[in-house]
Amino acid sequence: MLKILKYSFFDLMRSRWSYVYFAFYLLLGVVLLFLNNDLSKAIITLMNIIIILVPLIGTVFGVMYYYNSKEFTELLLAQPLKRSSIFLGQYLGVALSLSMSLILGLGIPFVIYGLFKSNAIWDFSLLLLIGGFLSLIFTALAFNITLSNDNKIKGVGYAILLWLFLAIIYDGIFLMSLILLEAYPLDKLSLAGTMLNPIDLSRILILLKLDISALLGYTGAVFKQFFGTGLGLIVSFLMLITWVAAPLARIIYVCKRKDF
Amino acid sequence: MIRIQNLHKSFGKNHVLSGVDLDITEGGIFAILGPNGSGKTTLIKSILGMVIPDKGTILVEGVPTKNRSLYRNRIDYLPQIANFPGNLKVCELIRMIKDLRGKVAYDSILIEKFQLAPYLGKKLSTLSGGTRQKLNIVLTFMFDSPLIILDEPTTGLDPISLIQLKQLIHGEKKKGKTILITSHIMSFVEEVSDEIVFLLEGQVYFKGSISSLKSKTQQLDFEHAIASILKDNHAQNIKI
Repeated sequence: MLKILKYSFFDLMRSRWSYVYFAFYLLLGVVLLFLNNDLSKAIITLMNIIIILVPLIGTVFGVMYYYNSKEFTELLLAQPLKRSSIFLGQYLGVALSLSMSLILGLGIPFVIYGLFKSNAIWDFSLLLLIGGFLSLIFTALAFNITLSNDNKIKGVGYAILLWLFLAIIYDGIFLMSLILLEAYPLDKLSLAGTMLNPIDLSRILILLKLDISALLGYTGAVFKQFFGTGLGLIVSFLMLITWVAAPLARIIYVCKRKDF
Repeated sequence: MIRIQNLHKSFGKNHVLSGVDLDITEGGIFAILGPNGSGKTTLIKSILGMVIPDKGTILVEGVPTKNRSLYRNRIDYLPQIANFPGNLKVCELIRMIKDLRGKVAYDSILIEKFQLAPYLGKKLSTLSGGTRQKLNIVLTFMFDSPLIILDEPTTGLDPISLIQLKQLIHGEKKKGKTILITSHIMSFVEEVSDEIVFLLEGQVYFKGSISSLKSKTQQLDFEHAIASILKDNHAQNIKI
């Protein structure tokens, strides 16, 4: 698996899009820090961008990489390699190169800005960690879509729908259901609703850490009340890990049964 | 070497293989023939584990292939369509495959034989179809494995390379290897193969030497013998 990971990773590192993605974050970090000069505001702006953009790039990159490397995959399948190591290797190659673009792109301007001397270092590290998690989750979801759809156009369509649903539509439905069920106790429903969407979960996790109650909203407040800050962080981390593990398990299950 | 028992595979409603029983003994060249869509590639891919059979067993060197991967280290496979990752260079691809296999490779002799040296620094996406097929052949033959599977090896080759391919196949046969070939070029099959396996409608219709096929169909040359099988079968189908 490590050999496949190595080749996929270096293959992506040489592609133009990795540099574009890296440059975008670099620019974003520089602009937010040096033109804004307020670290905590910069981190909140970054959070809003990361929790929308990282899932989008993760799904689109994952889907495109899978379809573009189809020939490479077929070449690998005839080699004495396990199917699970081929697909997990490729998956990690994509997810890690995306995470690296994010971490380096945002990390470099922050280090130059003097992050190590500031007390925002933990907030910032958490932000990058969440970005990494979101890359892992959405690349895994993208691989799930492509393994089940040999038709490229369908695969790309489903991937974009998935992102649209989790990033935008889900919140709308969630809010509507809260309004409609106003008369009932909603704690459990809103807890479950948050847990079932990795984007919402990430947002709450960062806001809990930043301790900005004004931005938490109803779901965040319930979350905080129910778990407290410490336990809330742990529970939401466990949920994020589940969000990585479950799609991965399905990748292994599907790839062992697929015909090429 | 390879034993296939009662192999079934369907893609949706399309039953590609319906009960293939086949024994490939060690040593010699076996040609797998059949009309388009008769399941040649599916059979080969099942042996390689790229297609998962619905039913039946495949043993390679006495070991069941199901859910295993290491037996592929004993097989060299030439795929039908030579598509490679486009942004790699030729030499990088060769190095990568050697690294993945971790076996001794004889790539430099083959590169010289097929005159690929000028292309080593080029990207795979810039190669012509014929050059790609030559590279494909190099990647297949550079390892010394006892079983070689060639899916349409002659596609796109110029006459010189074709002669070299034939020499290569004969050389490997002399080493006592087992070689499976599929091809639509009947003269090529007749020239290189010892035995033929004819697939028809997902089953083995005929297995034996070319001369016994000729006597069975009462035809004087190989191409007509094959055509007569297809014609007879077609006539039968119409009657039904």
